[in-house]
Amino acid sequence: MHEWALAESVIKTAAEHAARGKLRSVSEVAVFLGELQSIDKEIFAFALAELVKSSFKGLSGCKFRLLAEPAAFKCKACSKEFTLKVLKKTEEEAENIHFIPEMAHTFLKCPRCKSPDFDITAGRGVSIKHIKGEGGA
Amino acid sequence: MSNLDPRPSVIGVRLSKIKRMIAVTGWKGGIGKSVTASALALLLAKRGFKTGLLDLDLAGASAHVVLGAGGAFPKEEMGLEPPIVAGVKLMSVAFFSNNKAVPLRGADISYAIIEMLAITQWGELDFLIIDMPPGINDAALDVIRLLPRAEILVVTTPSVISHSVLERSMELYKSLKVPVLGVIANMERGAGARSMTARTVCQRPLAGGRAENHRGVVRPRLDPGEGYPQPLAGRIRYDAALEKTLGSPDKILKTNFAKDLGKIADFMFCGMTQ
Repeated sequence: MHEWALAESVIKTAAEHAARGKLRSVSEVAVFLGELQSIDKEIFAFALAELVKSSFKGLSGCKFRLLAEPAAFKCKACSKEFTLKVLKKTEEEAENIHFIPEMAHTFLKCPRCKSPDFDITAGRGVSIKHIKGEGGA
Repeated sequence: MSNLDPRPSVIGVRLSKIKRMIAVTGWKGGIGKSVTASALALLLAKRGFKTGLLDLDLAGASAHVVLGAGGAFPKEEMGLEPPIVAGVKLMSVAFFSNNKAVPLRGADISYAIIEMLAITQWGELDFLIIDMPPGINDAALDVIRLLPRAEILVVTTPSVISHSVLERSMELYKSLKVPVLGVIANMERGAGARSMTARTVCQRPLAGGRAENHRGVVRPRLDPGEGYPQPLAGRIRYDAALEKTLGSPDKILKTNFAKDLGKIADFMFCGMTQ
């Protein structure tokens, strides 16, 4: 499950954030799961719960909020803004985008001008919205 | 706070069991970087080293073609485990592109590279060979930023254009304090090729054998009588028969190209043990 590798990065980033802020504990980490990468939320949550057991003690009571972030695109060629729902892709193409979201430029096209030259303006993959902690030194 | 990208935090973990990372680069296209990087990985694997090959030339990925990777695909296991092709662990964007073009702009190139580095489970390796795209661009700058242990192995050819670009690249690596392992003069003909053998005899590890020993001290200068910037790791004769072997690792290893590159590898890494 490649979700585990990304969940590990969230745990490590939260632990490093706590260390930098000299926090005793981290109470909440809010994570955006971008629609484009279609991360399996259940697997990701399970991975976080398992990985936190062997991580920084201050993360033991942390609540992980997993937030769906809709994908949004803007064509650089014709400036059209569009969403993932209007784009067609095969199951295999979706799987490849799941591993590397930038493969969207290989498999997806602007619905108006058919250009692959677009910006992914939101909902690319995994990102951290905020980390809340307690007990700064 | 603005959104945090958590992925860079695990890149060091993913690379922590890799002894040496060699980025095969050269600022001109068509000078043999991909074949050199791929053949070097094959040669090191053949010598018993645990070897990986990472193709970061996203637009022109070709290591999978050189190795004849066929239908190989990474295994999903706490990330992605690279398939082993001819004894080499291979990771390439080509696995995910269905043999289609990958038209990425700068920021997207960085995102894709960070994703690959964050999710690839290399495990223990003696060497990770990195096939770089031509030039000093997003991929090259990302390697310098994200893989600070990477040593640069420069490929050049007998061309005034190639040499001019090479000298500029060496100046930049020096200013950035990027360790340069050496320069490989590829596609040599005539006198340059004939003088190759003596230079590549393994008498001592190049510059002490480890990059840490010559970090930032590489100084581009003309090799008297030869015209190549230092440190010259060795020369590879032009091999017209090489093209037909691409895709067949066993055949590649039998070419004069591989024989010359093998001598250079032995010269550069003769202090290394598995």
